[in-house]
Amino acid sequence: MKPKTLFDKIWDSHVVDSISDGPDVLYIDRQYIHEVTSPQAFTGLRKRGIRLFRPERTLATADHNIPTLHQELPIREELSRIQVQTLSDNCKEFGVELYGLGHPYNGIVHVIGAEMGFTQPGMTIVCGDSHTSTHGAFGSIAFGIGTSEVEMVFASQCVLQPKPKKMQINIDGKLGKGVSAKDIILYIISQISASGATGYFVEFAGSTIRSLSMEARMTVCNMSIEMGARGGLIAPDETTFNYLKGREFVPKGADWNRAMEKWQTLKSDTDAAFDKELFFRAGDIKPMITYGTNPGMGVPIDGCVPQLDEIPVEQQESFKKALKYMGFEPGMKLEGHPIDYVFLGSCTNGRIEDIRAFASLVKGKKKAENVTAWIVPGSKHVEKQACDEGLVDILEKAGFAFRQPGCSACLAMNEDKIPAGKYSVSTSNRNFEGRQGPGARTLLASPLTAAAAAITGKLINPADLI
Amino acid sequence: MAIKKFSILTSACIPLPAENVDTDQIIPARFLKATSREGFGENLFRDWRYDKNNQPVKNFVLNNPEYSGKILVAGKNFGSGSSREHAAWAIFDYGFRVVVSSFFADIFKNNAMNNGLLPVQVSETFLRNIFSEIEKDAATPLQINLEKQETKLLSTGESETFEINTYKKLCFLNGYDDIDFLLSKKDKIVAFEEKRGS
Ligand code: SF4
Repeated sequence: MKPKTLFDKIWDSHVVDSISDGPDVLYIDRQYIHEVTSPQAFTGLRKRGIRLFRPERTLATADHNIPTLHQELPIREELSRIQVQTLSDNCKEFGVELYGLGHPYNGIVHVIGAEMGFTQPGMTIVCGDSHTSTHGAFGSIAFGIGTSEVEMVFASQCVLQPKPKKMQINIDGKLGKGVSAKDIILYIISQISASGATGYFVEFAGSTIRSLSMEARMTVCNMSIEMGARGGLIAPDETTFNYLKGREFVPKGADWNRAMEKWQTLKSDTDAAFDKELFFRAGDIKPMITYGTNPGMGVPIDGCVPQLDEIPVEQQESFKKALKYMGFEPGMKLEGHPIDYVFLGSCTNGRIEDIRAFASLVKGKKKAENVTAWIVPGSKHVEKQACDEGLVDILEKAGFAFRQPGCSACLAMNEDKIPAGKYSVSTSNRNFEGRQGPGARTLLASPLTAAAAAITGKLINPADLI
Repeated sequence: MAIKKFSILTSACIPLPAENVDTDQIIPARFLKATSREGFGENLFRDWRYDKNNQPVKNFVLNNPEYSGKILVAGKNFGSGSSREHAAWAIFDYGFRVVVSSFFADIFKNNAMNNGLLPVQVSETFLRNIFSEIEKDAATPLQINLEKQETKLLSTGESETFEINTYKKLCFLNGYDDIDFLLSKKDKIVAFEEKRGS
């Protein structure tokens, strides 16, 4: 048999039908939905007079548009309240399991999917949210879809998708001091650009990736969309299986053994062909920071903003526009630059390990006076764990307030907006103009770098504080 | 919902030469609170179109009366970022039927096609020529012929073919709808589930 990539194995086993010179009809094992991209899909079903084909394969949460303070009170903003209420009504009417606001399992869609074990190796997973790629960390094909496609899955448990090309990104070696998963992915995107993987599905491999925890792998896969990839995945291994064992939706007993047998076959064959292969060395990666308005505009935090002539001619206009928006000059040093806000959270870095990392650095120190910091757990579960582990205590002693779970300042749909012109060191995934509020200036970084900024009030290499 | 039929369109263009126009620029997150598909055109490119005081930004192209038309011509890597279909809805709702660029982000491309908005990919050189023709004459017409899969600058006669898979082409030409298509496959889907034993 022809050697196959992991991606091909999963994709091919989910093709219900192929349309010649057209997309495949791809069966979907799991769908996640949330309040922002689902209402129009439910309306579509209603117009057609049909129900969900397989409601048990869909899980819903409210996350994008909810406050992160006083979740026990009714949502103040009317449109947000209506949207969240609409989700509840729709889930009730159509029989979808909902972990709504206040539910002990509530949280950011990509955080809860993994921690509940609803996401499992070898599955196809979709959600009306581009960072669905997060779930690829478990060795599944997971990708974001639009609302019309959400409706397709509701109606038929399938989507129409052209098969993407395949890329393998290898990272080998040991990571340096203060360097984490977020730096790996920011580094790769800075090397290949925000569109460097468009049209591809990426498999991350190599010894560095193997050494990462599940949570760190999720951070890497989460941002594969930021280099344009349709998604990213990592072959499951002992780390994956240990993480999954015993979680809510994961098979138990004899079913677990059967599942394991299947999961252990989930890897790319040795001679499998990729359309493109890239190689990076972990030793080249330093703590990263972005200086511009797309995630590809990143540099080592102890480095400088590039000079104009280092930028390809056709990108110089966007580069100049980005620097103007950010209030930066070509060639300037970033370290030492004062900052105003710090955001720890999102589906990229809102998990327990991220909060641990942040707390480890701020422990026994004090938040800088000039900094407003929002520490937002990715889920109720993470919130509880952070309390139980005493992390909340450490944070509060250092002068940080711990909020309630949600997407928060990652996309600033709720009240958590960074004011115009202010600098925000953010552990989220997008630094687009206005992403964290109109005029907000976002610098993407790891939880450690965010912690270092929060206690010093400026950009600083976290390795200097460890 | 069936999409609008499309076969041939001749129209002036609205030029937006910026690269990496992401979906947060096309429709900022704070306008995603609606629960219907309508009305997003009003907030298309909101933060480029209006200033802090909600006054139109004079030099933004949508506010320039010189330019009009149903074709948006944009720089490379159009529609990157979020999967929000609201971006495609907003562009369509504003009145565009075609977006021309030298490169589209994947999810945006699917979303556009699922809503009857045709993404037409052209070479970088051709894109540059289209921009320069528009610069010379704001009313210069571009013709998109889906049957022939051809983009043509009528002023110079220069043309280029574009790719679209046969399935999607038929959907556009006939106004077919993906969900009707999938519903017609129900038997196959059930058979697939049974064979897999889930
Ligand atoms: S945290 Fe940000 S990227 Fe993640 S699901 Fe929420 S809005 Fe999307």
